[in-house]
Amino acid sequence: MLLGKTITQLKKLIDTKKISAEEVRDYFVKRISKYNKKLNAYLTVNDKKNDKASEKLGGIPLAVKDNFCTKGLRTTASSKVLNNFVPPYESTVTDRLKKENAFVLGKTNMDAWAHGSSTETSDYGPTKNPWDITRAPGGSSGGTAVAVSTYLAPGGIGSETAGSIKQPASWTGVVGLKPTYGRVSRYGVIAMGSSLDCPGPMTLNIEDSAYLLSIIAGHDALDATSSLHPVEDYVGAMKKKKTYTIGISDDYFEGVDSDVATALEKSIDVFRKLGFTTKKVKLLSPNYAISVYTIIQRAEVSSNLARYDGIRYGNNRHAFGDEAKRRVMLGTYTLSYGYYDAYYKKAQKVRTLIIEDFKRAFKEVDFVIGTPTPITALKLGEFAKYPFFGELMDKFNEPGAMSGIPGISVPMGLDRNGLPMGMQLMGNYFREADLLCAAYQFEQETDFFGVIKKGIENYKD
Amino acid sequence: MSDIKSEIKKSNFDNKYEPIIGLEIHVELKTQTGMFCQCKVNQFDAPPNTHVCPVCLGLPGSLPVPNKKAIEWAIKIGQALNCTINKHTKFDRKHYSYPDLPKGYQISQYDEPIAVKGKLSVPVLQFPNSKSQISNIQYPLTKEFRIHRVHLEEDTGKLVHKGGDTLVDFNRSGTPLVEIVTEADFRSSDDVKMFLEELHTIIRYLDVSDADMEKGTMRMEPNISVRIDDGRLKMEDRKLPNYKVEVKNINSFNFVKRAIDYEVKRHIELLEQGKTPIQETRGWDSDHSRTYSQRTKEEAHDYRYFPEPDIPPFEFTDGYIESIKKTLPELPKEKLFRFIDKSKIKPLDAFTLTRERKTADYFEEIISKFQIPNIAQSIANLIINKKISTSIPANEFVIKAEELLSPKQTDTKLLDEIAIKVIATNPKSVTDYKSGKQNAIMYLVGQVMREMKGKADANTVISKLKELLK
Repeated sequence: MLLGKTITQLKKLIDTKKISAEEVRDYFVKRISKYNKKLNAYLTVNDKKNDKASEKLGGIPLAVKDNFCTKGLRTTASSKVLNNFVPPYESTVTDRLKKENAFVLGKTNMDAWAHGSSTETSDYGPTKNPWDITRAPGGSSGGTAVAVSTYLAPGGIGSETAGSIKQPASWTGVVGLKPTYGRVSRYGVIAMGSSLDCPGPMTLNIEDSAYLLSIIAGHDALDATSSLHPVEDYVGAMKKKKTYTIGISDDYFEGVDSDVATALEKSIDVFRKLGFTTKKVKLLSPNYAISVYTIIQRAEVSSNLARYDGIRYGNNRHAFGDEAKRRVMLGTYTLSYGYYDAYYKKAQKVRTLIIEDFKRAFKEVDFVIGTPTPITALKLGEFAKYPFFGELMDKFNEPGAMSGIPGISVPMGLDRNGLPMGMQLMGNYFREADLLCAAYQFEQETDFFGVIKKGIENYKD
Repeated sequence: MSDIKSEIKKSNFDNKYEPIIGLEIHVELKTQTGMFCQCKVNQFDAPPNTHVCPVCLGLPGSLPVPNKKAIEWAIKIGQALNCTINKHTKFDRKHYSYPDLPKGYQISQYDEPIAVKGKLSVPVLQFPNSKSQISNIQYPLTKEFRIHRVHLEEDTGKLVHKGGDTLVDFNRSGTPLVEIVTEADFRSSDDVKMFLEELHTIIRYLDVSDADMEKGTMRMEPNISVRIDDGRLKMEDRKLPNYKVEVKNINSFNFVKRAIDYEVKRHIELLEQGKTPIQETRGWDSDHSRTYSQRTKEEAHDYRYFPEPDIPPFEFTDGYIESIKKTLPELPKEKLFRFIDKSKIKPLDAFTLTRERKTADYFEEIISKFQIPNIAQSIANLIINKKISTSIPANEFVIKAEELLSPKQTDTKLLDEIAIKVIATNPKSVTDYKSGKQNAIMYLVGQVMREMKGKADANTVISKLKELLK
């Protein structure tokens, strides 16, 4: 009855009193109790007993990644270091959602501190890919991705540093939007890479993505890096029938799995059919971004984790997992006296080049097309075999992360193993409305090849 | 051993060894709110941890938002110290681990501080190494010391040791803190003291900090080393010693002087033995008037500075910097010279009057009310010698001053005559006075003074009238 209803649809049902918000919420709580044990998408479920925040019960229940501080509701960033941390304050994103009467249904699993691309580094066990529970759902926003793709929430919030929204969205078959850096406030989001982190929506369709973005976007006096750029009517803009020029860069097809490459070609044809033009565009190889991203992100991680020194939060530093320890060590090294110029400073210079490169490209084209991830979902345990595997897997996300441009990932079919594949569009700064508009037309044309519907049908009421 | 011998040895020391001293001074700004948060700061009497928020506690996910006023005031301090204001400036993270530092790093400034390359010229009114003040000199000399940089950062929390426990109070965490770093231009503890006193006065003039050493809103750290210089080295061959000793967080000018003297003596003794003092951080033990080792170079921090990603860098326009400069008040040294030049005040008195802006303003308000030329020195004397309280309104001060400054020889015989006459011719005032209107007597006083053409002391006149009206 309710299965698969989007946020927009549920909102209408609640607004017209066809169903009460409480019924909606109970529905999802029931589904969570049925499936979460198997999938491990949620770490904390905000049932009544657990609701110390005494929120206004109403509106839409959402799955929120566990690195967003929620007042009165345990927030761990999937690390045992924060095992008992109950924030005394609310993140701006969840605050804005709550003001629109959304309800934080629960806090979702993630790679610990968002360090990873598979949700396997969580101290609370990995989240399973709902399409094949022997596989990883991607990450770090794997919990939200799985909650949305299995309809344990009608939508949710993730955060992306380099791929952490788009890659799990791709692997689980949902819509993931990574806004421009500064478009959405980071206040109250447990920091990973401070110059990179972007909160964003993960949803069942484009309209919900646009709707959630319109709520969470905008300048925040509590975040000095948040932008004063005006917030658009994303839902309205999405529905305009505009055509765009899509850039195709060979470097963004390098090393891509054959099924994914074929699906991408098919997607490009869809856009052509819609009247879009395509154009070859030369961009710096994403390979450069891997090392630049790694250096800068590790440096910021080592600094951001310095506060968990064992004095506060009740757990000492032994509670850190291996991945966090590795990142702290590498970041500390690159910032150390004598190495700063060779690593961090040099990386920042290359970062500027990457920014200039995109600026130049976006004079020629509206978007650059590609995939957030060259392959589909890997088996659990694969990531741990290779150091920096996550960084390599995320190479198509790292240039965008370094430059702070927005991107969207949408499903573009299933591969030979029946696993979802994702298509991504990257746009110029603050071009979220255009990205949503293009993606919406793609959705209207293809219905995402039935991927989202099929994902939900696998998890019946 | 004879005193003379040790004196000679001492003077040899003085010739051969030259103290090289630089200073770091921390000043807490008295802004309403924190450097990066909305907490009320400078809440010295508040119970621990009652003025805190997610930002100054460094809670997960919290973000710093810089305080515009604090930036403005730091620029102001830079301007008062004749620095170049960096149009491009940014914050950096300085990493170290300490329980009073909740983020594991302090937001500070590294390679692009608010202000650089300044100088402060300090008026000299005392001979160094001498108690005798230059009370008879016509004009003060000045000594100039270079300022290396002025930057802005956040203060840390405070550790409180209770019994066997160490507690943390984060009320102070996030208070805007300005760090002023000088070049190693000082050669004596007297110069240091004089400089610090002038700096303290300037900060108070700018009205940006209470610079109260008791409360720790001004803290000083001298860097000390001693150079061997037998006079044969050419200027260009004089290098700074290859070590320095930093004495941390001293909270009185006298203690700074004593710490420097103690250190210089200690270094010379080591150098005499052919040893080089080790580079280290020392603390000041005021109970025993000595310094003690806290941390040696081997344990020195690598702060791993990098640009604070949570705060975008700043680009100041010339107009903005200029608009702040316009708010600078006349500074104490300029005021001092104006008092000497224009108001013809003795240098030492002018110096005393200009130590607090309030006193100087009060003094100027009073002399503006006098038409009499050359009254300034006399007023200065009254204020300095505390003949009249400066806590009364300026108008009252003027009346009292007039009396004190023109002591009247009263012709008592004439007073008797006139008083009787005035009483006789003003029956109404007399009746009023006798019926209890105390003020009525003032009219009679006025009449007497008029008859005596002002050549009478008001107090004498009052007593006389009171006597006659009994």
